[in-house]
Amino acid sequence: MNPAYSVLFFTCLSGAGYGMLAVLGAGVLFDALPADFVFGVVSMGTCLGLITSGLLCSTLHLHHPERAWRAFSQWRSSWLSREGVAAVATFIPAAVLALGWIFPAAVSATFWKLGALASVLGAFATVLCTAMIYASLKPVGQWRITLASIPLVPFTYFGFALAGGMVWAQLLLSAFEKPHALHMPPLTCAALALAWAVKLLYWRQIDAQTNVHDLLDATGLKENWQNIRAFDSPHTEQNYLQKEMGYRVARKHRDFLRRAAWRGGGVLPIVLLLAGAWAGGLAASVCALLAAALFMLGTLIERWLFFAEAVHTSSLYYDDKK
Amino acid sequence: MTSLPKRSKNAKKLGLVIDLDTCVGCHACVVSCKEWNTGGYPAPLSDAQPYGREPSGAFLNRVHSYETANETSQRTVYFPKSCLHCENAQCVTVCPTGASYKRAEDGIVLVDEDLCIGCGLCAWACPYGAREMDPVVGVMKKCTLCIDRIYNENIPPAERRPACVNACPAGARHFGDLGDPESSASKLAAQRPAQEPLGDLDYRPTNKYLAPRKPKSVTSAKPLEPVNRDGGGGFIGWVDAMLSKLNPPA
Ligand code: SF4
Ligand code: SF4
Ligand code: SF4
Repeated sequence: MNPAYSVLFFTCLSGAGYGMLAVLGAGVLFDALPADFVFGVVSMGTCLGLITSGLLCSTLHLHHPERAWRAFSQWRSSWLSREGVAAVATFIPAAVLALGWIFPAAVSATFWKLGALASVLGAFATVLCTAMIYASLKPVGQWRITLASIPLVPFTYFGFALAGGMVWAQLLLSAFEKPHALHMPPLTCAALALAWAVKLLYWRQIDAQTNVHDLLDATGLKENWQNIRAFDSPHTEQNYLQKEMGYRVARKHRDFLRRAAWRGGGVLPIVLLLAGAWAGGLAASVCALLAAALFMLGTLIERWLFFAEAVHTSSLYYDDKK
Repeated sequence: MTSLPKRSKNAKKLGLVIDLDTCVGCHACVVSCKEWNTGGYPAPLSDAQPYGREPSGAFLNRVHSYETANETSQRTVYFPKSCLHCENAQCVTVCPTGASYKRAEDGIVLVDEDLCIGCGLCAWACPYGAREMDPVVGVMKKCTLCIDRIYNENIPPAERRPACVNACPAGARHFGDLGDPESSASKLAAQRPAQEPLGDLDYRPTNKYLAPRKPKSVTSAKPLEPVNRDGGGGFIGWVDAMLSKLNPPA
């Protein structure tokens, strides 16, 4: 599948944003975060900034963004519509969460906690919907991959959202030199390890996938024929289908990119965070910043591969073995 | 609503039956489809740079050309591919706007171009690659089964069929109600049913393909004797034979 930049940035940015919202919400819920004005403004600002910029990127993918509001209507059947609804609805508890932080007088403690809880749930629901847009597409075998009949795509999206949220929260806590920052690194490292572990599992499973379709399945000719090849193209130039579904560049650099992604976006940030926690002070902030940047870069490569490695059944008809 | 309609028992299921044995891959159906749909309902079927360096455009029907073989024989199979108007059309259910829908009364799958945001998700959800984005208008295009022909009372009854069916010179394309087992299309489809393409994905296409017949094994055929020399018989033939001896053809 064609890894469109709009969709890459959308899933990476708003994924990390919703992860961060969940982390902040959970932090407030368990009184684990400072109820501090500046911290609240900056952390909620970062979180909502990530979410909003991601959502704006996603509208760049549309040919008719002026009609985007219509996409809230079909939540009964469409995961994309559900995602839109969940994404917008989550802004309400997120606003309550932000308000409680910034103007503690405006919201009662209970209401603030309710907002925090609803933020966690809303973030979870939105990421689930994003993942299901892909995981529900039958023509793309890789996205329906399972391990012991558990679909892996939703869990990779959860994993990366959570790890992204933790990495960003870690960055802000250490930047504000909050004592809470000291307890975070082991948890953040665990989230990072978990995300990349699920991804490595996903890669292992799609490489070993056996129930893939071939051109004989696609043409319904398997019963009587063993070999088939296209001897002519149905049209002279590439069409929409080939540009959109027939993306093949990933094959060549796959192994290198995978290694770069999990080592650069997983192992290195873990090492940096642990080193920062050990050194403390300014070094901790610098390390947290580097870790966040590297993780986002790794996620971008991971997401690029997620699309580029996925093969759509419609590309079978073109029998393009290049 | 992009939920699939409940089909009542006697509702029509309009579709095509395409004979893979008869199709000669002439692309007449592709051209006539483009011609009809660029002038008809509801907006032109656009091309980008039609006379430029990289012409491309939206087509609703494409014909693929294959060579197939098994142990004893081989043959060419042309595979015309347009929307199969699936019963379990996931292209419809994934649409976030309600632009894609399946008609309850005849099963035709359509796009309301005024609602479409051009997100492309329905094309991702179609395993057959039957939807193409219009490069100029920015909305999704797909086969309408010529809905503006088949019910059109301004054209002669015999022509109230999809343009591709009218155009096919080989008689490889048939149109009818596949929900009615007594219709000629259903009877035809029952004669030589091909395997459903990607049947395990359970989209349950309405369109049917008729399987290509297996050619008889070619190994038993004797090579043909030459029937005629270039120059024919008589004096010219004799001259040709003599000259050919002096100057043997390469
Ligand atoms: S062939 Fe594709 S576009 Fe047509 S109904 Fe089936 S899934 Fe939808
Ligand atoms: S491209 Fe149009 S018809 Fe297709 S899913 Fe998006 S809004 Fe619906
Ligand atoms: S017009 Fe008929 S014979 Fe020609 S390609 Fe189409 S289906 Fe085949």
